[in-house]
Parts: sequence; structure tokens; C-alpha cells
Amino acid sequence: MTQPLLKIRGLKIEGRSDETWTPIINGIDLDLNRGDVLGLIGESGAGKSTLGLAAMGFTRDGCRISAGSVEFDGIELVNASAAVKRALLGKRIAYVAQSAAASFNPAHRLIDQHTEGPVQHGVMSRAESEADGIELYRKLRLPNADDIGFRYPHQVSGGQLQRAMTAMAMSCRPDLIIFDEPTTALDVTTQIEVLAAIRDIVQQFDTAAVYITHDLAVVAQMADRIKVLLQGDEVEEADTRTMLSAPTEEYTKSLWAVRRFQRPAKPAIPADATPVVSVRGITAAYAATTVLHDISFDMYAGRTVAVVGESGSGKSTVARCITGLLPPKSGAIEFMGTALPADYRKRSKDQLRQIQMIYQMADTALNPRKTIGQIIGRPVEFYLGLKGAKRRARVEDLLNLIELEPKIYFDRLPSELSGGQKQRIGIARALAAEPQFIICDEVTSALDQLVAEGILKLLARLQDELGLTYMVITHDLATVRAIADEMVVMKDGRVVEQGGKEQMFAPPHHPYTDLLLSSVPEMDPDWLTCLLEERGVDNIGDAAVGKM
Amino acid sequence: MTMLVWIVGCVAALIGAGWVFRFIGRLTGGTVFRDMEIATAFGYMLALASVGLGVWLFFFVEAAVFFRWAVQGFIGFAIAAFLFRLLGRHLGPNSTRRLFRQMPLTASFGIMIVLIYAILAIFAGAIAPHGQEEVFAQVNLLPGGNVAMGGDPAFPLGTDQIGRDLLSRLIYGAQNTVGIAFATTVIAFLLGGTLGFLAATLGGWLDQLLSRMVDVLMAIPSLIFALLLMTIASAWAGSQQQLLTVYMILIIAVIDSTRVYRLARAVGGNIVVMDYIEAAKLRGEGLLYLIFKEILPNAMAPLLAEFGLRFCFVFLTIASLSFLGVGIQPPLADWGTMVRDLSQFINFAAFSPLTAALPLMAAGAIALLTVAVNFVVDWMLQKSSGLKE
Repeated sequence: MTQPLLKIRGLKIEGRSDETWTPIINGIDLDLNRGDVLGLIGESGAGKSTLGLAAMGFTRDGCRISAGSVEFDGIELVNASAAVKRALLGKRIAYVAQSAAASFNPAHRLIDQHTEGPVQHGVMSRAESEADGIELYRKLRLPNADDIGFRYPHQVSGGQLQRAMTAMAMSCRPDLIIFDEPTTALDVTTQIEVLAAIRDIVQQFDTAAVYITHDLAVVAQMADRIKVLLQGDEVEEADTRTMLSAPTEEYTKSLWAVRRFQRPAKPAIPADATPVVSVRGITAAYAATTVLHDISFDMYAGRTVAVVGESGSGKSTVARCITGLLPPKSGAIEFMGTALPADYRKRSKDQLRQIQMIYQMADTALNPRKTIGQIIGRPVEFYLGLKGAKRRARVEDLLNLIELEPKIYFDRLPSELSGGQKQRIGIARALAAEPQFIICDEVTSALDQLVAEGILKLLARLQDELGLTYMVITHDLATVRAIADEMVVMKDGRVVEQGGKEQMFAPPHHPYTDLLLSSVPEMDPDWLTCLLEERGVDNIGDAAVGKM
Repeated sequence: MTMLVWIVGCVAALIGAGWVFRFIGRLTGGTVFRDMEIATAFGYMLALASVGLGVWLFFFVEAAVFFRWAVQGFIGFAIAAFLFRLLGRHLGPNSTRRLFRQMPLTASFGIMIVLIYAILAIFAGAIAPHGQEEVFAQVNLLPGGNVAMGGDPAFPLGTDQIGRDLLSRLIYGAQNTVGIAFATTVIAFLLGGTLGFLAATLGGWLDQLLSRMVDVLMAIPSLIFALLLMTIASAWAGSQQQLLTVYMILIIAVIDSTRVYRLARAVGGNIVVMDYIEAAKLRGEGLLYLIFKEILPNAMAPLLAEFGLRFCFVFLTIASLSFLGVGIQPPLADWGTMVRDLSQFINFAAFSPLTAALPLMAAGAIALLTVAVNFVVDWMLQKSSGLKE
């Protein structure tokens, strides 16, 4: 047996908070052979990114390696001198960050940033590196490989940037690449392209990789082995196929089970029912650019309509039209059969109360300077006129409804809550107005899978108890499958297809719906390979869109 | 030319010393010295040399009187601040004790100085030994109260050219200068802050109109502008001195509110795009609720920091105007005027440091307050940004 490329033994990392050192990683062992891909999965806070960085002998500010060793190809990286690390990083170990858009320097062209590493390390001359970069862009199937490098980061799309970053990591032909959630910020259809590109190039150059993600289906496609982390501890490690088919630990099983949550189907809509909210022929524009073209659909009481599409498809703009933030150029929004004023400023207090919204980023949706009691109490007082003890009692009822203990959370600030708890507060604030209709704008996309499942279950329960109507905006089809009754597929500001969920998930599909549905990663390690074969390897995604 | 040679020589010597320092350090085998850049080692050597120079000046150079005073003052204030913090940690309600426990020394120094100034300003009438307009027979007495040196125990800080007690005038100066500066800053903030938030929230033509007006005001150098307006105001006020003071407060407030407006608009602009503002708008909240309940609490930290800085600037503007003769009018005591009146004594510094100290006392009072306010503001900023994380 040869020496593993990366050997981590008993690694402990601590982070400094409130004048004390708290453990982030408690003693983890890791072995990675040349050419192997190891998947690291876990929820946020599990320490996967910290472990990934530690594999380069690096810790974030305020963290320290307190024990253990990190050996890369026989070289000890813990306490290595700056000169030793400088010679390794970039040349033999490379790193691909989650947000390529934030990691590229916006003031320099892609190729300038690409060639920096090889030239610095003396691997290639500038001209050689430039030619090599173009070759790598071609291998990663970037469009216009010859001149894409001469663009600035903002002139390139997110998925292309992520591939350019992978090319940059490859520029010195490293032995090891750390991928830190490289596709998390991308749409499903774009994600496929990046995944396929990364997998190919890693295989081609026989590079070892550590692939960090929270998405099980993604890791199943990429990794040879999977290691599951929970709060700085290793839960289990196994071969990808073994791990998927026979996880041994309870925690791993619960992760696997998340994707199976699904609500029972509801009875059909009575023929004479009035829709709660009806979107009638909406055309809307930002300045001169028309972003919505003649959108129409209905939403009935006690049901959930999912609006699905890639970013830029106009699904959030529909929500802005319904709430009145963006008055449409033509068409109308009807609430219980009567048309609402287009501008929210012209709507009555009661009309405003009936339509509430839950936001994607709970961080920016809750005022950081107000306590939970104030945040939820304000709509209670504003709409229902409750004051003092009555108001407090109502807020406590609402907190109980969203399964948070009122005594503990009433006086807390949003910054003292976890992401899932913040999202629950957002739900409570919407409920405080006692609305009939709630818009959920990507409410779970910023959350871990287990937490997201909790939120979805809560929404489903509230719907059953209070008879609410939801419009769920999402790009995640797992969410649709979990809670939606009807589905509206949007692309480029037009409704491509709409109908009941069962009908939509069953073929035949509209080609775009088909592309969306087939792009959702499945927990089968062969899924990506099969899909690529089906679509034809070249220009995946682009080709499928082109056919339409 | 020789100067240049000296500087180059010193830098070279320090770099050399730094290299030796690092080399010796490396013999001990620690990681700190192994990864140390030569520039860092140079920095250590520079600091060491500066401290050495200070010690040499303090103990061996007879002529460096002012340097010695500064060092003594620095150490004195540091000890006072330490004792003040110790006091705060053991007295008073629990909440202030907790506050003092986490306070850096600079902040406790700042709070102490601000408190002292506030007490002096409020109780000036009771604390000052003489009236601010009282004229005595002894003119140009030296500070120190030592008869042999040309002082008088009745006037510990001496008297000015027409025989007014300087200590009393310094104390009354706190009341006039600081009081007026505080009032001016508050008005500037009310005006600039409200308009800035309005512009950020409403946008559109109102934002354009207000911003262009502010641009016009900002395009004129502020001190020249203030001087110009003060000249007009003094014609309007005629012989009514109080009216002129009111005019001055308004003029400086309007000029400084333009800077506050810019800041409030920029900070507000970042806050109004947040989802919680959208949620409040969709709830149907009014403009006043949006500005004062949703935006203001989030803009508090930068605004407070600006308040501290702006206070210092206003204070310096008033002192400058008084120095130029159009600010606070005699016989009211004012630090700016005092600096101007006594400024010629600076020329005697080589012969009698005590004489030269006369104008420096008022200037020192200004400097001390400016530094203290900035320390307090720094601390507040640090605290509020720390809370966010």
C-alpha cells in the first residue's frame, strides 16, 4: 500500500469566541489517495469547510489547530513555515470557493488571474500559461474558450465563472483540489454543467479532490468515498455506494430520509370555487425591459401553488406584482373575485393584511435591532389593534404555533437565533396578520436539508390548521414534490406549463419542464453518467435548451 | 542634503539591527521569528529607537520642557483614567459596572474627560473663582501661582493682558464653547439626518432636489462660507450680541448638516433595500414609522460616530471663527478667542516656557476634548459592530 497523498490524524481545531476557545473539529482522521475524490457532507456548522481549509494547513482568523497533524505527501503542514506553505499552495494544492463571483477580483480579466499562479510558481511562462488556460477552458466546455478568458468576471455567468475557477485551480496541475460547495449557489440546470465539467477534468488529470457539500445527491455523483460530519465529529465514512445503500448511523439515515417527505394529495378543487388570488394576464416591466409576458394562473383556498423556474425566469417578479410592489403594465390581480389596486400604497389596510410574504433571507427580512416580541407584535398591534397584555398573549400564541418557547425567545434579537429559527419568526410575522394568502419566496433555499424539512412540515401543518393558501416560489423541485398541489413552470417571463402536481411530474412534459425535472440530482451514483449519455455529452444543458 | 544622508543612514542602521534581532531570535527556534518579515523586524527596531529617543529627551535634555510636560500629562491622565475605571467597576448599579468591566482604558479616559467638561460647563458659575468679565489690577501674571516666578496664588493660571483671571475664563469657556458646539451639532443632526433619511426612503425628485442643494452648499469651502454669512449676520444683528450667537449656531448647523445629510442618505440607502423595510411597507406603515422605528435604529452606530466627529469639527469651527473675531463675542470667554489674544506669548517659549504655556492652555483644552470625544466614539463603534457579529 502506498502512502496516502493527504493524511490527517487526530486533527483538532478550536475557534475563539467570547474570550474562550471552543472546539470546531474534535479529532478527525482522514486519508486520501492520489486520484481519489472524497465527499465531505454535513449541515452548516459541522466543520466541513474548516476541515477543507485545514487540509491546506490553513485556518480562518480566530481559529487555531490545537492538536493533530496534516501531512501532505509526507510534508507536515501544521506549523509549517510560511515559505513551505507558499511553495505548496496554488501549485500542488488548490482551492475552489463556493462563490466564484466573490472570489475573482473584478478589476482583472479572467486569464490574468488564471496565469498568476503558474507564473508566480515558475511552472510556466505567461504565454504558455495563457495557451494552457484556453485549453483548460475548452476541456471544461466553456463557450468561446478562445476569448472567454479575456473578459472580466462580471461579463461571465455564474456557472461559467465557477468553471473558470476550476480551470484556475487546475492551472498548475495540482495533486489535490479542495472544492468548497462549488455548485450551491447555482441553478439546477447550470449545476449539471459544472458538475460534469469538474468530474471530467478531475478524472482526466487524475487529481485527488476533497468535495465539500451539503447536498447528498451531488456528492453521490462526484465522490468515490463519503465522510459524514456532525458538529466537528465524524459520523461515518464509507464507499459511496455502500453509504447510499446501507448507512449504519441514525444521523446518516435521517439525512437520507429528508428527501422523502411528501404530503398526501388533496381532493380536487370544486368547480364553482372562487380562487383566493387570481393572476390575470399580467405583463410587467422594469423600466423598458419587459420581464413578464401575459402571466395567468389561479390559486384556490387551502392549496399550495409552486412557481418554478431558474433565476431570471421572473418568478419573484410575479410575487412583486401580487403584493403591489411592482404595478403591472397590464392585467390585474384579483383577490376573492375583486380586483386589487395595482399599487400597494392604494390598497386598504385589510387588503394588505390578507396577502403576506415570507422571504428567502431571514437575515435581511428581520430588523436586527428589534426583539422577536417587537417583530411579531407590530403586525398584531397594527392590524388587530391589540395592545399591552393582549398583544403579548397573542405573540406568545404565535410563538407556540411555530414551535418556539415564548419565554425563551420573546426578548431575543434575531442575531441570537439560528437560520431555521429566524425563518420560523418570518412565518410567525406573516401569520400575525391573520392572512388568507401567503407568498413563500424561496423560504428553504438558504437552509440545511434537515432544517428545511422542519420548515416545510410546519408550513404544511399550518395550512391544514388554518386553511391558508400558499404560493411557493422555488427552484428546488424537492420542495415542490414535498408540499405543492399545483405547479406553474416559468421561463423567460412566460408560463411554460401549468397543472396539478401529479400530472406535471408524470410524462409527457414540455421540453423545458423535462429539462428542469431531469436536472434535479438523484441519490443514484450513476445518475449523472446516465443523464449525460442521454443528453449527449457535448454542450449539456445548452443543447437541451436549444432544442426548444 | 546632510539631512537626507542622515535619514538613509538611520533607516539602514535600523534594517541592519532588525536583521540581527531576527537572526538572534531564530537561534531560539520559535516559529514567530522563523516567519517574521524583515519589515516587521524593522518596525520593532523603529519602535525601540523611538522609545529610546523619548527616554533620552525626558531625562537628559534640559530644554525639552514641553515634551516633559506632555509625557507627564500622558502618564497622569492614564493613571487617572485607570482609577476612574476602577471606581466605575465598584460603584453604581450593576449595568454600569458591567459596562466599565469591558471598557478599554482609552474609553474610560474619554468618558472621564467628557464628564469633567460637562461638570465644568454646567456649574461654571459655582466653580470659577472669579467672574469671566472681572478685571483685576495685575496684568500678565504667569501661571503657577509662585510669587518668585512672577505669579500670584490668587490666580493659579495667571491673568491676561487686561487682568482677567485665566482659570475662570477657561472654565467659563467650557460653558460657552462646548455648550454652543453641542447645540449646533444637535441641530445639524436633526436637520441633516431627517432630510437624509427622507431622501433615501422616498427617492425620486425629492432626493434629487435635496442632494443638488446640498452639493451646492458643499461646493463652497465651509470656513469661508461661514465667515461670509457671519459678516452678513453681524450686520443684521447690529448691537445685539445674543442674536449674533443664535445666528452663528444656525449658520454652522446648516453648513454642517450637509455632511450629516450625505451620511444619513448613504446609510439609509443601504437600509431601505432590506427585506424588513419592504415587509414594513407592505404592512402599510407610514413614513414616520419607517424612518424612526425601522431605519434609525440600524443607522445609529455610524450616526453616533459621525456625531462625535462632527461635534469636534463644529467646535473647531467655532474656535476658528472666534479666533478670526466673528464668533463668540467678548467679553464672553471663549477658548478660540483666548488662543488668539494670547498667541504672541508663544514667541517667548525659548526664554520662559511658563509664559508660552498661556495660549497653550486654551488650545490644550480644545485638543483634550477632541481626543476624548473621539476615544468615546471609537469605543461605541467597536461595541455596536461587535454586537452585530
